[in-house]
Amino acid sequence: MWILIIALIVPRPITNLKGYDKPNDAGGAIELEWQLSPDDSVVSVYEVYRSDSESGPFEFVGSLRGNSYLDNNVKDGKKYYYFVRAKSEKYGTSSDSEIIGPVVPKAQWFNRARLNALLIGLIFTILVIAYIKLARTGAELFLRRIPGLDAVDEAVGRSTEMGRPIMFILGLGMISDIATLAALSILGRVAKKAAEYGTRVLVPCYDPIVMTAAQEIVKQAHQEAGRPDIFRREDIFYLTSDQFGYAAGCDGIMLRERPGAVFLQGYFYAESLILAETGHSVGAIQIAGTSAVTQLPFFIAACDYTLIGEEMFAASTYLSREPLMLGSIKAEDFTKMILLGLIIIGIILASLGKVFPGFERIAELFINFFKGA
Amino acid sequence: MRREVPLFITFLTGTVIIIGFFVPHKPLGEIEQTFINWSIIIGGFTLLLGLDSLLKLHIRKIKRREGGYAYSIILVASFLITLIVGIFSIIKYKSILTVQAPFMFIYTNVILPLSSTMFSLLAFFIASAAYRAFRARNIDAVLLLVAGALVMLGRVPIGAMISKWLPATQEWIMHIPQMAAKRGLFIGIALGGMAMSLRIILGIERTYLQ
Repeated sequence: MWILIIALIVPRPITNLKGYDKPNDAGGAIELEWQLSPDDSVVSVYEVYRSDSESGPFEFVGSLRGNSYLDNNVKDGKKYYYFVRAKSEKYGTSSDSEIIGPVVPKAQWFNRARLNALLIGLIFTILVIAYIKLARTGAELFLRRIPGLDAVDEAVGRSTEMGRPIMFILGLGMISDIATLAALSILGRVAKKAAEYGTRVLVPCYDPIVMTAAQEIVKQAHQEAGRPDIFRREDIFYLTSDQFGYAAGCDGIMLRERPGAVFLQGYFYAESLILAETGHSVGAIQIAGTSAVTQLPFFIAACDYTLIGEEMFAASTYLSREPLMLGSIKAEDFTKMILLGLIIIGIILASLGKVFPGFERIAELFINFFKGA
Repeated sequence: MRREVPLFITFLTGTVIIIGFFVPHKPLGEIEQTFINWSIIIGGFTLLLGLDSLLKLHIRKIKRREGGYAYSIILVASFLITLIVGIFSIIKYKSILTVQAPFMFIYTNVILPLSSTMFSLLAFFIASAAYRAFRARNIDAVLLLVAGALVMLGRVPIGAMISKWLPATQEWIMHIPQMAAKRGLFIGIALGGMAMSLRIILGIERTYLQ
């Protein structure tokens, strides 16, 4: 009698086991999926077994609670067979699931989920090249005013008149961050203007590599301005690689040196408002710029001018007005229009799909393509 | 040659990483991570450059008795003490991260409280910045004030006590206009980043090569 009851409680096996090569990867991985045992509530773990032959022997490869498993320990081009066993700590182990296979892992040469990015990237690159060619012909390319960049000269001039230094804070970004590269471009322009006026530029750095790049950029700016004699390498210095230590250090310098202008350009985190409010308290004109969306409201609230994300990336182009660089900005605007058009098409298709069932599939395909699903 | 070689390296590295983004097959798929590992190793060595810069600056200040040189003495002394304690901790406990290690004592009782103090100052700075930003000087500031007040009230229990619409209103503000604006910014930032990367890869933007 007891034997019969226990036999009834032993979990039933999983069903519908499927295995396939993991898509869009560098190979060496097989994904497994199954439908959970009807007695999942008593199952402790699902054990996965693998063999390179349908007749076995099978070896245990892993266990988990769930209905999928990623086997990362397989060789490309080799055939594999699997089965899964439901195991209950209390009631014992289910019978084995059906054996599936052969599944052959292989590396892919193209990540299909990124086809959307490739398409937009190609359109963008073609537009950049086209606009650069247009700029080379001498065509005038319009660029809207960016008040924050127009104010650069004003900020440098004000510092000079007040006899105070300029402080340029590059944030917590590394040299590999695009925001830091954009900030270094702006630093070059500011340093050149400051060198023309004979004003010091203080650049406390968070990262030693950024410091080295900033030193060379400021040095070059002084040479271009014809004032290499007033270049002071020690004004571009390493402070610390600790977030709040950096904020404290910059605040201390602001309070002691009382700069006439403070530039907050680069990538910032929670220290952004601490820096901007201290700059405000010493009466400095402040021009901020970051691609950190969460910090933008703080800069907008505390600074005189704020370069919002893409405006900072456009800064070097805007300040130099080089036709070749202008071409890339125009291409950026055009791509934005294309993306806006795609968003509107997506909204229309999704809305139509709710009203007319025939459009539902088209909307799904369209949206999934751009989601990379 | 001083410019051409770095430009070529930039072009080659940028192109290979872009190809690796679309091609998962070895070795292209792994190349970005390999470059990141290289930069981490190089970054470790460059910390010495930073140290050199920091100590030179402050030792010069102390030698010349420049204004605020007392802070420089504290900095150099703190650096030396932490360095010595760190080396001692490694020798005695094999790791500076062992709880009993004196380095951890410095970390827990000096570095951590100082960082927390700086972070907590943020509350006061938010209050002063919000006061300025929320002054209803023009239509934009009024919109900010109204939206800010609704969101703040809607997120605290008293908001629901005042009106059942407040939590729903704040949710609508956060999920619809706020999210739309944020996504607009994200699209702009992504395209701006792409444009700048392309300018760098093609050698049009060269400021970083100074």
